[in-house]
Amino acid sequence: MTEPLKRPRRKDPLKRTQQPLYPQSVRSRTAHGLTKAAAEGRFELQTCDDCSTVFYPPRDACPKCLSDCVPFKPVDNRGTLLAETTIRTSTDPYFRERTPWRVGLTKLDAGPVILSHIHGDVLEGQRVRLDLKLDKGGAPVMIALPEKDTPNMADDPHLREMTCDPKFRRVLITDGRTPVGQAMARAFSDAGCNIVFVGIADPWKPFPGQDELKKIERVEIVPLDVTDSESVTEQAEQNGGRIDIVVNTAEHIRAGGIMQRHGVTVAREEMDVRYFGLMRLAQAFGPAMRGRGADGVNSATAFVNLLSVHALMNWPQYGAYSAAEAASLSAAQCLRAELRPGGVRVMNVFFGPLDTEWFQTVPPPKVTPAALAKAVVQALQRGLEDVFVGDIAEDIRARLAANPKALERELAG
Amino acid sequence: MTTRRPYDNVVVCAPVTVPYVRYSTDTAHWWIGRALHQLTKTAGIAPKDIDGLVLSSFTTGADSAVGMTQHLGLSPRWLDHVPMGGVSGVVGLRRAARAVQAGDAQFVAVVAGDTNHVDSFRKTLSSFSRFAQDAVYPYGSGGANASFALITKNYMNKYGVTREDFGKICVAQRDNALSIPFAMMKKKLTLDEYMKARPISDPLHLFDCVMPCAGAEAFLVCREDVAKSLNLPAVKLLSTIERHHAFADEAIQERGGWAVDVDDLWQMAGVKPDDVDLLQTYDDYPVIITMQFEDLGFCKKGEGKDFIRQHSFTTDGTFPHNTSGGQLSTGQAGAAGGHLGITEAMRQLTGQPIGKPVKDAKIAVVSGFGMINYDRGLSSGAAVLARAS
Repeated sequence: MTEPLKRPRRKDPLKRTQQPLYPQSVRSRTAHGLTKAAAEGRFELQTCDDCSTVFYPPRDACPKCLSDCVPFKPVDNRGTLLAETTIRTSTDPYFRERTPWRVGLTKLDAGPVILSHIHGDVLEGQRVRLDLKLDKGGAPVMIALPEKDTPNMADDPHLREMTCDPKFRRVLITDGRTPVGQAMARAFSDAGCNIVFVGIADPWKPFPGQDELKKIERVEIVPLDVTDSESVTEQAEQNGGRIDIVVNTAEHIRAGGIMQRHGVTVAREEMDVRYFGLMRLAQAFGPAMRGRGADGVNSATAFVNLLSVHALMNWPQYGAYSAAEAASLSAAQCLRAELRPGGVRVMNVFFGPLDTEWFQTVPPPKVTPAALAKAVVQALQRGLEDVFVGDIAEDIRARLAANPKALERELAG
Repeated sequence: MTTRRPYDNVVVCAPVTVPYVRYSTDTAHWWIGRALHQLTKTAGIAPKDIDGLVLSSFTTGADSAVGMTQHLGLSPRWLDHVPMGGVSGVVGLRRAARAVQAGDAQFVAVVAGDTNHVDSFRKTLSSFSRFAQDAVYPYGSGGANASFALITKNYMNKYGVTREDFGKICVAQRDNALSIPFAMMKKKLTLDEYMKARPISDPLHLFDCVMPCAGAEAFLVCREDVAKSLNLPAVKLLSTIERHHAFADEAIQERGGWAVDVDDLWQMAGVKPDDVDLLQTYDDYPVIITMQFEDLGFCKKGEGKDFIRQHSFTTDGTFPHNTSGGQLSTGQAGAAGGHLGITEAMRQLTGQPIGKPVKDAKIAVVSGFGMINYDRGLSSGAAVLARAS
């Protein structure tokens, strides 16, 4: 039985903050096949195209028939934990301050024997599900989970090292004026956040949904305008030291390509919100988050970017918007590299057209703000890095993997 | 199946041990050079006489055996690099024996040495192999202790061997080590102390684990008549085996590769397990010792625990085993750990033991085991040595 997490008490400001560490994250190029699967929450192992042997650890040839056609494919994750040990002495500083630490060997029904971390509710000899997660350093690792979900299982301290669960954490939603921002506030409050900071630019200006937003439990409205460096800096000075999750909901969506627009004024606004906005947030909140990656139950854990899936491939109907999203995506990749040493995850959430006024003329399927917010919370609970929300996003992802050129032509209409 | 040809006229002589230290600020090159220097003095030959060399080490950095020839000023006409950890000793020996037998070299120096800097153990662990990097080290970084803990746990579950059984082996080895001046462990160990030692990675406790240290071992392989002309006490090589990645289908390792080739070992040697006067196993953990008792044919699979209960394993007791104290009490000098049993067996068989003698020792078996790449030790080997008549 997992001991439920206790709500953390107010931190003694005189106490030293534990410095973030992470396990060795170097992997062979082939092993990054596991990184790819873990980032999106799939359980995949190499499976030989020629003889169907499933094997592990990652190799460059099939150990049964020597074939080099050995792609990662989804595999049944069930098995039996054959033997476990509790490590009490570790040479690695990350584990050294977290021992005792249990690991064990699981024989998968699909064949291979896999060394993994072990959830506290699993005992030697039991049936387990292996899950592929990203650890504190963003490297792919296996963990043996109970065959069926157990009470409070997400609170297991070792599993929580591999997730970004909002429970008892403090989140900043950067723009609460939008339907997406308000849905996010609701979802994070429901997920057990201690404080839901919601940024509002020019708070004296009323906005739709304002009253409902204020009624959400543990919501705290704060002044924040991502296009104003001073405002962002001020907010970081005020609350930056106690923000564990940032969800950047600031958006700027306008239809149209680039040729028919008059000048670059709108494009500049788009870039100001989506690219420079992200940069301002990163500069103001990033360093404190990176320093607080191991700060107890409510350590800093994730920076969430909401991105149009057209960041990955331009959609000329919203062409200038797509370009700004692509800039934002590229900056997010940079931020990911910069926050990783602190154990803080950058999660990119790619969505298809939203069911909001700015996509009024776009036919369904569309993603409701509530569905997007739910997906974000679930992805944090699972500790994902790349998330695709909605049928269009999934569709673009698949077509991009299959043939980017075909996708480019087809999006052109 | 091919028949293995005997090692006609090949002998092993001039055992060298450079006394071990826990940490060394010297390099592996220094340790290896020192061992070879001592070897030439012991054998009464000049460095230029060494026309064959087998090198084993984890810590020579970018230098291979080739680089070491220039570093040490040697010009061998036959050279081998055996980076096989705990099986390097046996493998180096059998490579060298064939080279001498075939006339490719006259004096093959088999040398292993490693340094141990304060941080080298952690660094070796994290970059030991690609599988270790991808699939072992990120899981608690418990090193070989954690990997062997899982093998030990599985073996205890399946065959009913107890911690007391393993403790008996460790305590006996410590008794043996007390007469060895270069052993790292100088104090007597009681079973009670073994049982109450601090846990390292359950079910392994402190005295199940070897202490990494710096050190070097070496010996010389040549023709019997050559050894005689130098007045060198020598031992005969009766048979050897070597095997890698055996029993891949065992979910958790219960056997080493010895079990595949053990019949060849005894047939080629022309002796039986009962004829053996002393056994030097590769003792990185007691569970591996127990597997060697079984897989080398001293008892049946699963009967290791009864075998342990029947014998004393001390140098002057029944079934003398790891009479130098083994790595568990002497220390693990990196790749030289696989050579420790060979030099000790040579000294016992030639009547020149450093510590207590095994009475009237005529036949010795030395066994090696090495290279835990992912979840199991991959390499195994063994050799039967005999006192020259």
